[in-house]
Amino acid sequence: MSTSYQLSHLEMLEAESIHIMREVAAEFERPVLLFSGGKDSVVVLHLAIKAFHPCKLPFPVMHIDTGHNFPEVIAFRDKAVEAAGARLIVASVQDSIDKGRVKEQTGPRASRNLLQTTTLLDAVEEHGFDAAFGGARRDEEKARAKERVFSFRDEFGQWDPKAQRPELWSLYNGRHRRGEHIRVFPISNWTELDIWQYVQKENIDLPSIYFSHERSVIERDGMLLGNTEFITLLDGEVPFEEVVRFRTIGDASCTGAVESDADTLDKIIEEVAATRITERGATRADDRVSEAAMEDRKKEGYF
Amino acid sequence: MEMLRFATAGSVDDGKSTLIGRLLYDTKTIFKDQMEAVERASEQMGLESTNLALLTDGLRAEREQGITIDVAYRYFATPRRKFIIADTPGHIQYTRNMITGASTADLAIILIDARHGVVEQSKRHAFLASLLGIPHIVVCINKMDLVDFDQDAYDAVAAEFRAFATRLDIHDLSFIPVSALLGDNVVDRSTNMDWYEGSSLLHHLENVHIASDRNMIDARLPVQYVLRPQSAEYPDYRGYAGQIVGGVLKPGDEVVVLPSGFESTIKSIDTYDGPLAEAYPPMSVAVQLTDDIDVSRGDMICRTQNRPSISQDIDAMVCWLDDAGSLRPRQKLAIKHTTRSARALVSDIQYRLNINTLHRDLGVDELKLNEIGRVKLRTTKPLFFDEYKRNRETGSFILIDEDTGNTVAAGMILDRNL
Repeated sequence: MSTSYQLSHLEMLEAESIHIMREVAAEFERPVLLFSGGKDSVVVLHLAIKAFHPCKLPFPVMHIDTGHNFPEVIAFRDKAVEAAGARLIVASVQDSIDKGRVKEQTGPRASRNLLQTTTLLDAVEEHGFDAAFGGARRDEEKARAKERVFSFRDEFGQWDPKAQRPELWSLYNGRHRRGEHIRVFPISNWTELDIWQYVQKENIDLPSIYFSHERSVIERDGMLLGNTEFITLLDGEVPFEEVVRFRTIGDASCTGAVESDADTLDKIIEEVAATRITERGATRADDRVSEAAMEDRKKEGYF
Repeated sequence: MEMLRFATAGSVDDGKSTLIGRLLYDTKTIFKDQMEAVERASEQMGLESTNLALLTDGLRAEREQGITIDVAYRYFATPRRKFIIADTPGHIQYTRNMITGASTADLAIILIDARHGVVEQSKRHAFLASLLGIPHIVVCINKMDLVDFDQDAYDAVAAEFRAFATRLDIHDLSFIPVSALLGDNVVDRSTNMDWYEGSSLLHHLENVHIASDRNMIDARLPVQYVLRPQSAEYPDYRGYAGQIVGGVLKPGDEVVVLPSGFESTIKSIDTYDGPLAEAYPPMSVAVQLTDDIDVSRGDMICRTQNRPSISQDIDAMVCWLDDAGSLRPRQKLAIKHTTRSARALVSDIQYRLNINTLHRDLGVDELKLNEIGRVKLRTTKPLFFDEYKRNRETGSFILIDEDTGNTVAAGMILDRNL
């Protein structure tokens, strides 16, 4: 490596992400790292540790907790944050419901996914955060493909896709007024495959549900949903055992599993390289609402 | 695996979306659900065939109006390289979008319709690619199927482009005859054009030599952040964190810190994974010095014998990017250059460049949206810079409107004596 003076793609992506995170730490007063325990936020946390070593993280970590969790992921979250020596803030959708800030959806298809936006924006305001790191990637979704690394949010937390600041070279513009904030996406240029290759290269721990396991599931809308306490069975739905893994981790009520026997990183990398379906297309009911479901949610202040 | 960033320039009419669609499709990067969504959307819009532009036109307004608003980023990989495509729209806000998307590109693809030859837009694309210092330009002469795969048609367009390009600063220029629609010379060599002996576009993208594109001569480390743990384990650690933007730094190197001018020696170059024997672009590292001197964000570490220009007076090519307002003499703006922030006063607009004719319009008193001109700036504190042509990182800056906070201009620093 050191004789050719050419970095590999993973080394270049890492260097870019670390640069972005250091810019934020230097230019903002109160950044926060959004952490769900999903693989992308785990990689962002890992990059943060590398960026500020040997210092502790110069910002806290925040989980927007829908309350509809996979228990393995919550256990993983606590372990990972402790290992990072970081301070964890949990902003809970249940609290938002109890305070009357949002109303719980009803019916068997009720989801807390949308409600997260209010919880997130309230927490940003309460703590006075001026920058929030997120693990979104541009290859995930077509609205995200157009979003800047430094994504400006107004006092309502809204994203305005038509009025984005030009972003050139590695010069990031973090200007904002009080009450406004910037969402920062350090892994914008990473793909799902890059994430898995990096997880392997860096030997990063992930929640066990990313790896193949046997689980009670139901089939709904062509997706396999974990048969958890948060699912209300519809007529004709019968839970069955299946060998699955999760490609994404979100609210347990709307995150699907895929049939897979990939139980090692090597097998997952092989599977991801060969797959013909995007990760959100395969596993996210929230993106299936319409062609512009993600854009519409982002405009409201979603991740 | 190496990584290559490239920008595509052109409009839907040139077949740009078809070309990108073809690259993604033939490298198995378009996913089944994406393709189905595009087919559904095309059908709903009453189109006869699937419109691959819908793959990248993701925003609601874009779909409704059938236009591309903003730069879209696409990703694909082959066993040789990972590629990042900055797909810049053709018509609207062309200059702003291309500058945004192409500022970090290693390579630009310019598409020309074989039937129409070099048109004004092709010249604009070529000029912007040259202004942005994109090291490699590939001209895809497209729709060869519509000129019967005729060599003479191809040669004529290539000669015309080459003649125009002599007036520009382009170092590596290649031409490829393609049919994006049918796939000729996109991924595989065409069997319809035996007279063409070069490689397919994908083969070119996989093999073009990019390792020498970075400046490996002038060692530059703009200090981003000071790492001071003050912990029991690291009581006295003081690391200057940043991304190397030029040259090579090694422990033992004699360095100078700007602006103070204090000289010291590199004690170590640290990363989370351990100390390095040397650091080069674009590594993100932390440097410790042997002496306890005052260093902070915005300072620059470089070799004692190779220093950048240090000045409060900057000459630059500036492109105005904002819909509201314009660049005017005596205007004050915030400037961001490497990790350094200052305020800048526009002391003079020397000329505006007509990007179609390359003619210099003298005596102008403003630069409006998408206009480019040579400008003199005076900054509140000295900047440490190299000519943009020599180093894209230490030679570039952005200007920010202090009231709106918007990024309103992009600048490329020139040698003041030229």
